[in-house]
Amino acid sequence: MFSGPEIAATLAELDFTHVVWIPDSATGPWETALAAAPALRLVRVCREGEAWPLAAGLHLGGQQPLVVLQTTGLFESGDALRNVLLDMRLPLYALIGVRSELVADSRDSARTFAEPILRAWGLDCVWLRAAADRTKFVEHVRRCRQEQKPGAALLAEGPP
Amino acid sequence: MQRKPHSGMPVADAVQVLIDHRASGQIVVTNQGAARLWPKLSRRPLDLHYNPSTMGGAIPLALGLALAQTQREVLVVSGDGALLMSLGALVTVSGSGAANLTVVVLDNGLYEVTGGQKTPATAAVDFAGLAKSAGFPSAYRFRDLAVWRGQAAAALSAAGPRFISLEVEPMPPEYLRSPTPPLAEQIVEFRREVGGRVEISSVQSCCRAGS
Repeated sequence: MFSGPEIAATLAELDFTHVVWIPDSATGPWETALAAAPALRLVRVCREGEAWPLAAGLHLGGQQPLVVLQTTGLFESGDALRNVLLDMRLPLYALIGVRSELVADSRDSARTFAEPILRAWGLDCVWLRAAADRTKFVEHVRRCRQEQKPGAALLAEGPP
Repeated sequence: MQRKPHSGMPVADAVQVLIDHRASGQIVVTNQGAARLWPKLSRRPLDLHYNPSTMGGAIPLALGLALAQTQREVLVVSGDGALLMSLGALVTVSGSGAANLTVVVLDNGLYEVTGGQKTPATAAVDFAGLAKSAGFPSAYRFRDLAVWRGQAAAALSAAGPRFISLEVEPMPPEYLRSPTPPLAEQIVEFRREVGGRVEISSVQSCCRAGS
């Protein structure tokens, strides 16, 4: 959907300072561009549950992190998300790859529960289904910041 | 090596050594039992006693602070039960290259804040050895208070990121019962001291803090 250089440029335009991530097959190809982007620092974590508190520390330290993970990792990291977004009330933003969303009639549970889980946590979400949705992403990030609330972009992906 | 039950240093004395060596401008992050003990011994604006927390989250949170505030030293004090929930964080820290971060683990073999149940570890875990294997340039393990006091300055100024395992006795009840300062108030004070751009979400939690 987005090339590495496109996403790196978009994140720089949005003043993100750090990308805290565990890649999947759709976001993985961005690695070279993200690592090379002068205004971004790519922070690799071992488990999605680390990503949220690490991003919280960056935010508390005055930086503007983006959490990038897949829905499977989102499910695994639910308590960390709950703690950071609801207990600590930090308005972090995440880009979440939704496996199989672009597969017609997919019964992949990683797809089925993605949006309902985020809604349950009270996150404001936006779907990114095509390259043309870049503008939608930019506007959503800016609106969440303006309203000082956490948010997530759901990146529609193909099969695993 | 089999761990003797309740062996190690008095935990308040072991933590006091860290307080005595605290540098000006240093950020301190604690969680679990340490988040109850430390504020009884010392209070400064750059303290962040991370409770309620996500178990295993203190080390990543401290790493985020270390990456954000590269001009400051960051010290995180957590427990062995919390570290066991997120051992991969040792690799994340070493991979980040955050030379301004010190990870201290209070190792008593227990899930202390839930009443002192044993962790799955049946033998003494060499957390310093794990940290060394994970790529920490400096990793230490102390069991004796006099030795810890004597070597603390060197350990705390070694090449970072650095790791220190302190084998301690269970925390006395007067500390465990001590409340952690409210996180929301700490965050306000902390961000004022750090001077960074920090927004607090307009979204309200649907549950009571600490539940």
